[in-house]
Amino acid sequence: MRRAVTREAATNTTLALLLLAAPLAASAMGEPFYVTLATRIAVLALAAVGLNIALGLGGLVSFGHAAFFGLGGYAAGILATHAFNAEPLFLGIAGTTSMPAIWLVAMVVCGLVALPIGAVSLRTSGVYFIMITLAFAQMIYYFAISWPAYGGEDGLSIYLRNSFPWVNTAAPLPFFLVCYGLLLLGLLVFRALRDSRFGAALQAARQNEVRLAAVGIAPFDIRLTAFVISAMMTGVAGALFADLNHFVSPSMLSWHMSGELIVLIILGGKGRLFGPVAGAMLYVLLEHVLGGITERWQFFLGLILLGVVLFARGGLIGLVAGRQSHG
Amino acid sequence: MAETVLEIRDLRKSFGALKATDGVSLDLVRGEIHALIGPNGAGKSTLIHQIAGSLTPDSGTIRFLGRDVAGLDMAARARLGLARSFQTSSLAREFSALRNVMLAVQARQGSSLRFLRPVMQDASLTEPAMAMLARVGLAERAHVPAAELSHGECRQLEIAIALALGPRAFLLDEPMAGMGPEGSRRLTAFLDALRQEAPILLVEHDMDAVFALADRISVLVYGRVIATGKVDEIRNDPEVRRAYLGESA
Repeated sequence: MRRAVTREAATNTTLALLLLAAPLAASAMGEPFYVTLATRIAVLALAAVGLNIALGLGGLVSFGHAAFFGLGGYAAGILATHAFNAEPLFLGIAGTTSMPAIWLVAMVVCGLVALPIGAVSLRTSGVYFIMITLAFAQMIYYFAISWPAYGGEDGLSIYLRNSFPWVNTAAPLPFFLVCYGLLLLGLLVFRALRDSRFGAALQAARQNEVRLAAVGIAPFDIRLTAFVISAMMTGVAGALFADLNHFVSPSMLSWHMSGELIVLIILGGKGRLFGPVAGAMLYVLLEHVLGGITERWQFFLGLILLGVVLFARGGLIGLVAGRQSHG
Repeated sequence: MAETVLEIRDLRKSFGALKATDGVSLDLVRGEIHALIGPNGAGKSTLIHQIAGSLTPDSGTIRFLGRDVAGLDMAARARLGLARSFQTSSLAREFSALRNVMLAVQARQGSSLRFLRPVMQDASLTEPAMAMLARVGLAERAHVPAAELSHGECRQLEIAIALALGPRAFLLDEPMAGMGPEGSRRLTAFLDALRQEAPILLVEHDMDAVFALADRISVLVYGRVIATGKVDEIRNDPEVRRAYLGESA
């Protein structure tokens, strides 16, 4: 058992160093494109780490996490637009271009939206849970499309990337380092949650909710808390994604995005600390490499996903590091 | 008169035309083992489910520690001190035996909304859990995932989890089911002493165990209690012999 733990730790360290070293090297060689690619990996991984709290630890297959990803993106876009145009948001509150402030707003907004969505969705389970989270996300998607104030269908541009204290976020590498740092922070949060009393209850709810209730812990409360925390983390990733692309549009809210986040987790290994990181690396690299060869690259992604689901349920991390150990 | 811990009055539950529980009244008093016996399909498990809160009765009352528990869900009843074991083991199968018991210890200590301290490094969880495993004789298997435990070991683990809740009453649904004669004998001795900690409502098919353990026996047939009494009274009750025990008893 000990050995499996060590092997997973070694795998995780390797992945973390790889994701850091590649953009450093690319930057040194004057290849900023690859820095952007690594940033995309880090941001998608962070979004998926957030979803992994609900899906991996809690077994809650949310097909609506794009809602939180997109809301985070719109938080960045809307606040930046108001700051840029020097128009107060409402009640005289000014916009902001400060990333930490934007992340805070993204977290609060996503938490407040996730609370009622979770409270309703978690009355159901299985396929119904999947469908109801999807329905909520689609409602927000269509709302964004039909609300002209912030670009409607066309989306919203962020002319200047938002700022972070002492960091020149306009340059690719410093911005990557901000995203990477936040990813590491997200992973630390995930690990702390997983190993805590809360995490024990959450994972027990996934394995056997009757057992959890029989010892006196209400599964609903635990799951709702997990859903809200999960949404908040995905929301921060959404804000970074908008900054990465200088753009936020309803596509960030669409069900494709929700599906993509689920795919990242399944590829990498659901419930595993570095599953979303491994999944995001594979996904973005496939998108880049195969996408350069054929427009139909997702066909090959589908094949790989099929292979993982049929032959390697633990995903990439499961293949390399073996089965999850629970102490 | 001993203190009544659990009081069931005129409980009724139907599934369509089937009256699974048909006006059941039952008491569990402090210090006793009250066995509930009856042929398959008599409604024993249905009754346990209603007491534990996983099924809602159509009518009737269940009072636990003097309090009407209608409207309390399973988790709330467990927090009041009602510990149950399941007819077929119900465990968090990926977790080790130890972590299954730790979950109960954690629940007993209060809120599970604690996010920082790793449970495996928390002696206030691991030590009591280990002690409970030792009591049921599973200490050496503490780190084995529940999915890899033998059937008998799963039964023992269920008991350890119930113990860890420090309950005011036990609902044990066929704890001997599927255990070998040696295992049954050990568990019988264990339950014999356990009644001093909290009274036990025991559903069991193993008649040797029931006659050895029970202070009182209630016989359930077609959802009705046809007799309640001491072991000898039940053994000699003609109606019970006809309905259930057959000629051999």
